[in-house]
Amino acid sequence: MRFVLRRLGFFVVTLWAALTLNFFLPRLMPGNPALAAIGKSRGAISPQALKVMEAEFGVGGHQNIAAEYVSYLGNVARGRFGSSLTTQPGTSVARIVLDAVPWTLGLVGLTTILAFVLGTGIGIVGAWRRGGRLDSIMPPIFVIMTVIPYFWIGLILILVFGVKLHWLPYFFSYNVTLTPGFNVTFIGNVLQHAILPAFTLLITTIGTWILTMRNTMITTLAEDYVRMARAKGLPGYRIMLDYAARNAILPNLTGFAMSLGFVVGGAILIEEVFNYQGVGYLLLQAVNNNDYPLEQALFLLITATVLVAILISDIATAILDPRTRGAR
Amino acid sequence: MASVPDSDVRGRPAAGEMNGAVLTVRDLSVEYAMERGTVRAVDGVSFDLDPGEFIGIVGESGCGKSTLLFAVAQLLVPPASITDGSVVFKGRNMVGLTDKQMATIRWKDLSVVMQSAMNALNPVKTIAAQFSDAMRAHGVTAKAQVAERSQEVLRMVGIDPVHLKSYPHQLSGGMRQRSMIAMAMLLTPDLVIMDEPTSALDVVAQRSLMVQIKELQEQLGFAVIFVTHDMSLVSHFSDRLMVMYAGRVAEYGPTRQVFDHPLHPYSIGLMEAFPSIRGPRTHLTGIPGSPPNLASPPPGCRFAPRCPKVMTRCREESPELYPVDGTLVRCFLHADGEARDE
Amino acid sequence: MATLRAPGPGATGGADEPGLPGPALMAPAGGLPPSTGGIAGARSLRRLSRAVTSNRKATAGTLLLLLFCLVAAFPGVIAHDNPEAEIYPRALGPSLQHLLGTTAFGQDLFAQVVWGTRPVLLIALGVGVGTTFIATLIGVAAAYLGGAWDGVLNLLTDVLLVIPAFPLLIIIGSYLHGAGTTVMIAVITLISWSYTARQLRAQALSLRSRDFLEAARVRGERSLYIIVVEIIPTMTSLLVASFLTNALYAVLFSSSLQFIGLGDPNVTSWGTMLYWAENNEAFQTGQALWIIVPGLCIVALGAAFALLNYAFDEIGNPALRPVRSMRGNRGQRAR
Repeated sequence: MRFVLRRLGFFVVTLWAALTLNFFLPRLMPGNPALAAIGKSRGAISPQALKVMEAEFGVGGHQNIAAEYVSYLGNVARGRFGSSLTTQPGTSVARIVLDAVPWTLGLVGLTTILAFVLGTGIGIVGAWRRGGRLDSIMPPIFVIMTVIPYFWIGLILILVFGVKLHWLPYFFSYNVTLTPGFNVTFIGNVLQHAILPAFTLLITTIGTWILTMRNTMITTLAEDYVRMARAKGLPGYRIMLDYAARNAILPNLTGFAMSLGFVVGGAILIEEVFNYQGVGYLLLQAVNNNDYPLEQALFLLITATVLVAILISDIATAILDPRTRGAR
Repeated sequence: MASVPDSDVRGRPAAGEMNGAVLTVRDLSVEYAMERGTVRAVDGVSFDLDPGEFIGIVGESGCGKSTLLFAVAQLLVPPASITDGSVVFKGRNMVGLTDKQMATIRWKDLSVVMQSAMNALNPVKTIAAQFSDAMRAHGVTAKAQVAERSQEVLRMVGIDPVHLKSYPHQLSGGMRQRSMIAMAMLLTPDLVIMDEPTSALDVVAQRSLMVQIKELQEQLGFAVIFVTHDMSLVSHFSDRLMVMYAGRVAEYGPTRQVFDHPLHPYSIGLMEAFPSIRGPRTHLTGIPGSPPNLASPPPGCRFAPRCPKVMTRCREESPELYPVDGTLVRCFLHADGEARDE
Repeated sequence: MATLRAPGPGATGGADEPGLPGPALMAPAGGLPPSTGGIAGARSLRRLSRAVTSNRKATAGTLLLLLFCLVAAFPGVIAHDNPEAEIYPRALGPSLQHLLGTTAFGQDLFAQVVWGTRPVLLIALGVGVGTTFIATLIGVAAAYLGGAWDGVLNLLTDVLLVIPAFPLLIIIGSYLHGAGTTVMIAVITLISWSYTARQLRAQALSLRSRDFLEAARVRGERSLYIIVVEIIPTMTSLLVASFLTNALYAVLFSSSLQFIGLGDPNVTSWGTMLYWAENNEAFQTGQALWIIVPGLCIVALGAAFALLNYAFDEIGNPALRPVRSMRGNRGQRAR
């Protein structure tokens, strides 16, 4: 219980740090580019939204920073993030962000889980059959896979499957001539458009899982309790899963959460390459248009998501590792 | 190299024929395939074990006793492998059996107790789960039966069955060790192999554990191979004693004989290193030098570089095991079959 | 990525490993007296080169890296054209005059790739060194000072660790409008040090209680001496791993940032090349090489760092080394 509280406390601190970064970055840059951008779009923004954004980015001239900080935090707590500078008239940032979330959640969420499951599975089997063919070709292949830039592999896949072979679509999240709706054609089309981006994300992230799982598995297989399981005459698959994998996966769970930051980064690039209308794509559009309120809100969202993922992996570790529970 | 005459010291026929022993090891050799060459950790070891007999195997670290143990139990892991010899258990040579064939023997007839229970027990499974998966792997699947037997073995070692729900880290060191022994009893094996099960405990716990093991042995009638570096501890409980040095058997015979009247200079050295609590105060002498590098063992007797009674012959030829009054000793001092005094 | 492990002689397995003197008599890991410069240096250099040549991954990685360093140091020797000059006919395919063809702006692609090596390598090395330096400072200080300092530094490290790096880089980049090489190095370094700091702190903590340090303390050595002379050399393997890992990530991060347009568009670098290529629809217009080649270079340089990193991991932890398939253990897998 104390552990959970400490973790939650840490998350609060991290969120606060992200918020503070959001607050100070524009003020630290010469000329406060955010202010300039807001000034340009003044006409399209409602007075309410303007107040919110002034608290976040500052008003021209000397103001009371402390007061601005406090009201900024208050606004965030109430879900007020101002309005976007790129839409006319300024649509609320929150609205725009919420529209994009399901797309990214679907693509990145599902693909990451798939990559984790497949990756750890391959890692387990590869380590189990030490010295076999799988084990000797795995390391160099996956070393290469982990260094390929996410966006580049996406481009290559577009070249092969989209441009040359015309097998799969590679632009946008769905065919724009279709009207969105919960029908088979639309959903089928969405899935079709998601194949290439998902595949790209999968092959770039799976390498790490395979490698780390394999390495922890190898160390675990040398443990006495694995030899003991052999001595008891247990069937091979049971030793591999119940004794080795069960223990080997524990350190990887925390790694899973830590690396989510990287997965998120990769997803941003992949959405950009495929023009997939998710949170990442939105972020880059905002950057290109100097839409600071939108940018910063997205940054907060991404940070919060990573924190949630870490929390989930902590809970998973607590469930799987009895040593972390209880005072003993 | 054949170091045992066709019949062993007790005049029994060699392996392959039914000689009543539960375990017959002949010329067992184990090699480690290292990058710089092979190392022969166990070299031509032979011994017999009768049903219900307790044999202690002693020697210093690196003499190959643990490797020998794992070899007998067919638990070696590459780069180690059995390169020669046979391990006949209940009439069947286990060397060369596949895992599937071994699975029927494992735990039901032959179980293992390891040195550190903290490392030998799966940290993420309860004691109950670790007991039950052993039973279920051998056909005992009824939940009631599994539960009953689990409780029974725990009670046998003096642990309250309520601890079945515990995880290994929740038990004390002594309890963990005893639960490992309980686990080894689950299917009432005929042979239990123990690798220094008391080393991690304090002296008092050590003795109480040994007494417990001995009681269980008398109750259930299994044979025991007990590996340790603590000769004095095991000598109170074993029927026969085997002293190993540099991968070979140095001396092998009834415990009382080997302990009270050691013949091999190494065994003598070991005895003299232990003070007697009741005897007169004597000068403690260690054995100077260190064990040979098994990657390139010395020619001749392996103990020659450290032996206080070394002769020229010892550095050139390798001694065989010579019988002396019911004990086998690998030393030229006894080559003509007669015990010789210093 | 380097796994955390304490340095010292390779781990001994469960069973007796024969031939070793008694119970593992380990030499004090790295606790040898301060090296007498030249002799110890030459010996470890020889050991290092032997380790590199015997391990295939290390050899491959080193060769690749050396190749890139050479190209970065003497680009003019290899490519004679000015990479910026937009003087050639546009969008040509590969030919003898233009080994890789030309870009949509009429620049020689081969020259661009060659000249683009230097900024990338500079960023990689700069970040590698900078990150390792800061991480060592903070990690070791936190471990050694302990108490409240440790708590504060730890919190700082953990927070920075958790905040997603790439999005933060994007935000910062969006304010900076075109980050040149130096700014790139600075910004990426600030984002990256936390992971290594955590690893180093953990190892420094585990070393703190080791006997050879206690001996130094009892001898009356000052803390700074202990840190510099005793602790840091022991952590060499982690420091090397940190350098390699961070250099690798620097290559990937910087190219990604340049690709989305946050780099300095006037600096020719692989990432910016990809940016321009995408903006000019290189695939659709048949200029596939414009996209393929810079990407391959990124992969190659990254692979060099990754191979070296992996190799050092294996050298330090023998259990991970490739298992030679022997006839004896066919079918006898490590079960």
